[in-house]
Amino acid sequence: MIEIENVSKTFTLHNQGSAVIPVMEGATLAVAPGDCVALTGESGAGKSTLMRMIYGNYLAASGRIVVGGVDVAAASPREILELRRDTLGYVSQFLRVVPRVPTLDVVAEPLLAVGRPRDAALDRAHELLARLNIPERLWGLSPTTFSGGEQQRVNIARGFARSYPALLLDEPTASLDAANRETVLCLIEEAKARGAAIVGIFHDEAARDRVCDRVIDVSAFTPGSA
Amino acid sequence: MTPLLQVRNITKHYGARLGCGDVSFDLYPGEVMGIVGESGSGKSTLLGCLAGQLAPDAGEVLFDTRAEGPRDTLTMSEPERRMLSRTDWAFVHQHARDGLRMGVSAGGNVGERLMAVGARHYGDIRAQAVDWLGRVEISADRVDDRPTAFSGGMQQRLQIARNLVTGPRLVFMDEPTGGLDVSVQARLLDLLRGLVREMGLSAIIVTHDLAVVRLLADRLMVMKDGHVVETGLTDQVLDDPQHGYTQLLVSSVLQV
Amino acid sequence: MSDYNFAYLDEQTKRMIRRAILKGLAVPGYQVPFASREMPMPYGWGTGGVQVSAAVMVPEDRFKVIDQGADDTTNAVSIRKFFERTAGVETTEETAQASVIQTRHRIPETPLNEDQILVYQVPIPEPLRFLEPRETETRKMHSLEEYGLMHVKLYEDISQHGAIATSYAYPVKVEGRYVMDPSPIPKFDNPKLSGCPAIQLFGAGREQRIYALPPYTRVASLDFEDYPFDPSKADHPCDLCGAEDSYLDEVITDDAGGRMFACSDTDYCRARREAGHAGPRATAQHEEAGA
Repeated sequence: MIEIENVSKTFTLHNQGSAVIPVMEGATLAVAPGDCVALTGESGAGKSTLMRMIYGNYLAASGRIVVGGVDVAAASPREILELRRDTLGYVSQFLRVVPRVPTLDVVAEPLLAVGRPRDAALDRAHELLARLNIPERLWGLSPTTFSGGEQQRVNIARGFARSYPALLLDEPTASLDAANRETVLCLIEEAKARGAAIVGIFHDEAARDRVCDRVIDVSAFTPGSA
Repeated sequence: MTPLLQVRNITKHYGARLGCGDVSFDLYPGEVMGIVGESGSGKSTLLGCLAGQLAPDAGEVLFDTRAEGPRDTLTMSEPERRMLSRTDWAFVHQHARDGLRMGVSAGGNVGERLMAVGARHYGDIRAQAVDWLGRVEISADRVDDRPTAFSGGMQQRLQIARNLVTGPRLVFMDEPTGGLDVSVQARLLDLLRGLVREMGLSAIIVTHDLAVVRLLADRLMVMKDGHVVETGLTDQVLDDPQHGYTQLLVSSVLQV
Repeated sequence: MSDYNFAYLDEQTKRMIRRAILKGLAVPGYQVPFASREMPMPYGWGTGGVQVSAAVMVPEDRFKVIDQGADDTTNAVSIRKFFERTAGVETTEETAQASVIQTRHRIPETPLNEDQILVYQVPIPEPLRFLEPRETETRKMHSLEEYGLMHVKLYEDISQHGAIATSYAYPVKVEGRYVMDPSPIPKFDNPKLSGCPAIQLFGAGREQRIYALPPYTRVASLDFEDYPFDPSKADHPCDLCGAEDSYLDEVITDDAGGRMFACSDTDYCRARREAGHAGPRATAQHEEAGA
């Protein structure tokens, strides 16, 4: 489902003497449907960079990143948008929403974007928010005013609203209490069970051991390390 | 799928000075494109050329018309182009008073485009006006008030209602949230996002506010000195800018 | 007479105005620019109408002037005298006898015929000006037939007053093409514009525009399907001649709130009274006049 082949990444800082900083080289991995792969490595080793490249958020300097048949490294913006809408979900660490939009709508949005009926989309949002223990009185409010943990759970609800065939998870269990952590792990297991290919970053080792089938240390892709 | 708008090599000079040079892109149905750049970068000139308000020196603007498929709006007759701008196109100005008739009631402002395309039933026109005021969150009892009695945010929402009432397919926006309080901006952004999705609108938004394009635009075009220096997916351009100018622009945003 | 060229204006000027009139007749409702001349009267007193009358007048004409329907008001009297002196034409107060009628703000009640020309004095020829002050823009709107704005004005009327409150200078569409200001005639007169056997010419001196309706032109008053055009008038017969179908002036008769209604068309009213018709207060009025 997700195939990464010989991907490299450099940052060129034009305004700082055009410094060229190579950050990744020869990254290669493959994730099959139903597979969950954890990215590990020191802070700064490039876990998030690789994840962002898969999502099309960062441009790869070379190599191929094929998700569901689309090479993200070479695709047009339109193809990437379509991929994100239909195939590839992403739970980031930060919630980015239009201020003032109620939480229910934030969670239901991925469903509305693919034309699901509003009622069905809101039902799904209800279900997820309830499972993630967001108090119902908050559903009509914008999540911008929520605590960090609440925002994180809203973000997870949004990421799991649709059954994406491929999922990227950036620290999904960080800053969650035991009960909510359990819910999130169940959601991940359910996604795997229905055949989603998952790439995740987990600092929580117990969580990683429970849901991940393989671990890939991205330090191996650091330029000059080989 | 046929692009709704195909822009080819648009160039516009003001005397010897370049307004915008050799700009090309495709816009597909349902897509929102942002154009950012500092004052004088040529983004408003480009928008004017696309919307038929300025005549470019060279280039083509192919619009996928309902009846005849893609046609160059720069070479079509003025009546045809003006008909497009009353039906399939909308233009939201930065200053509401450029886009509204300040001496005419809110209902009349919204109803004008309907009457311009032949609506002649007062009751129907008024009902549609009230419906649209509701969709932009202006209460029905303000339908007979003039825009001069409205706040800046309400005027801007009224402008949007006036533009969208005929169900256009392409909306041009020039700094739609400029000059508004941040709280009012947020409300407007939310409204625009919802309308874009519900109506399947395509939009071209010119702004210097990177936060606005991050929330509204799928794709981004960065302009400097009349030229496009970078294009791409909005979040990619903002998070991993490739061109030196874009890097400067992104790193210059004040953090809150 | 020898002191003036016939009908005051020099022949070249009259040719220029006739050319504008012919163009106006060829494109009914279209405003034709013309080089309006200084006339020996102030703008607003009918300089446009006078120039058009002078251009169409021949020595055999019989000339009538009305101001708000009356032949005996200052404006009507001075213009009549002006042409008596500068053109030496006969004048009349009888609508049926006149070959050229210059009017301010009315169309005579007596139906016109094919041998007559009706000349309107026009203060503001541009019907779109109320909503769009730019002349460049209104001209473009006329040429592209973009008349939605005209209905915005009517919409505003209904939303503010519950009905189309425009009661004079009510806009019309000519032969399904040009929207035209019929000059400040009451909307009661609008139906008479359409299918009229006489030539109708409109002259705006200050604004330097002439427009025209050839005989039997179709003229429709703008309206909404659910608010149709209504050529209303005071719901009252004429107090002097008893006419039920003529446009009435309301006349205050004393300081105690007394009032009466009388035909605004003085010739029409006089002719009816001479033919023996009488309104409720006809006698009283005669006694006053005699006293």
